[in-house]
Amino acid sequence: MATIAPLAEAVAHVVHDGDTVAFEGFTHLIPFAAGHEVIRQGRRDLTLVRMTPDVLYDQLIGAGCARKLVFSWGGNPGVGSLHRFRDAVRNGWPRPLELEEHSHAGMANRYVAAASGLPFAVLRGYTGTDLPAQTANIAPVTCPFTGEVLTAVAALRLDAAVVHAQRADRHGNVQLWGITGVQKEAVLAATRSLVTVEEVVDELEPRPGAVVLPSWVVDYVAEAPGGAHPSYAHDYSVRDNDFYVAWDEISRDRDRFAQWLESVA
Amino acid sequence: MMTVAAARALRDGAVCFVGIGLPSTAANLARRTHAPDLVLVYESGTIGAKPDRLPLSIGDGVLADTAVSVVGVPEIFNYWLQPGRIDVGFLGAAQLDRFGNINTTVIGGDYRHPGVRLPGAGGAPEIAASCREVVVVVRQTKRSFVERVDFVTSFGFGSGPGEREALGLTGAGPQLVITDLGVLRPDPDSRELVLTALHPGVDPATARERTGWDLRVADDLGRGEPPTDDELTVLRALTAR
Repeated sequence: MATIAPLAEAVAHVVHDGDTVAFEGFTHLIPFAAGHEVIRQGRRDLTLVRMTPDVLYDQLIGAGCARKLVFSWGGNPGVGSLHRFRDAVRNGWPRPLELEEHSHAGMANRYVAAASGLPFAVLRGYTGTDLPAQTANIAPVTCPFTGEVLTAVAALRLDAAVVHAQRADRHGNVQLWGITGVQKEAVLAATRSLVTVEEVVDELEPRPGAVVLPSWVVDYVAEAPGGAHPSYAHDYSVRDNDFYVAWDEISRDRDRFAQWLESVA
Repeated sequence: MMTVAAARALRDGAVCFVGIGLPSTAANLARRTHAPDLVLVYESGTIGAKPDRLPLSIGDGVLADTAVSVVGVPEIFNYWLQPGRIDVGFLGAAQLDRFGNINTTVIGGDYRHPGVRLPGAGGAPEIAASCREVVVVVRQTKRSFVERVDFVTSFGFGSGPGEREALGLTGAGPQLVITDLGVLRPDPDSRELVLTALHPGVDPATARERTGWDLRVADDLGRGEPPTDDELTVLRALTAR
């Protein structure tokens, strides 16, 4: 049964130094408020996992929270590069960042394997590319039925998963809808989980197509209205595209970034 | 012109895996002009989206609101892309080589200490492998059109004929490369990219100058039609909003 707690308390319980942690969200429902709380609490040596590390991960990397990034596409969507990410990779600032790169299909299947309690997943992918040579978590596998050679990807087990959703009830059952990405898989792949929500309601109204995470697979729920900003929460807020553009300027320069960081702390 | 040429490459009724930026603009232009029944699939999980404005990201809410169905990301890749249910995939490239291999990972240096760190693979490796065909849209410069890519993020034809088949890749690979100068297609025998058409006002010498390998030019070099008034009107209306 999930505990409903204030954001700071929930983050302190769920995200610890040295954890492998995913803050998932596919353009939509990105858990910015929880990520900023991690920055405030000064977490260190995190292995950050996410298919599309965008501005939130640029912020966490720039703040020195991360040791390693496991990802499939790192950019500021529609705007350009992640400058804090690049600075960490090229110059080790504020600290070196180890990379493990996958494709979207590979990452999605790694989450599915972990959520399914399996050691690996199989896909028809990566073939002919230079990606498998860079990590031990991608390997060829022979089909026991046909003899066909396919690609195995290791399950991506998480210490902690943090996602944002529209609603939870007072028991901690969570409902999310719209573009739902890999949030369900990330929560089910994790030992500990936190879902921040736009609002806690007495009762969840059924919604066609909505994903429901039952209370007993979620550890903490924290109310964080607007907690996806500058991303969005379908039916609650729209994406702040201007912020994504502004981030390019803020993040380009270390001093300018340091000023932004003070505004979070 | 690149956008218009890309839109024209999409036939009505095709199922198209769309990325944000030029591919999305082109696909939405095609849907409003010659291809009203084009099916737009975005990797965020929206199938059959009919946005009334250009989406600003692959996960724009307008895509979910107008889609026939919204599914999770594992499903988009496993159920829809992998078995070959997508006709056309659009890819961009930081580097593209003469056999249509694509690099979006690192340029220069070594992998751990690159000259330039690019965004990475995204959905591209499996789009390149599994879409029935791939259209690459990229600006043509000596830096982007290279003899051999520094890193193979997405496989084209490797180093020649037979390699895709040997690897068990189910899609036909890059069948069309659209640049700001013209159009390239793979030679059916050698699989090398050959310049087959030029946009209006571009000469073959410019295309050769802006290619990092000894570019072959087709004997029957075509000439792209300039954008029609209708295409320009729709495109301007799309990009103005």
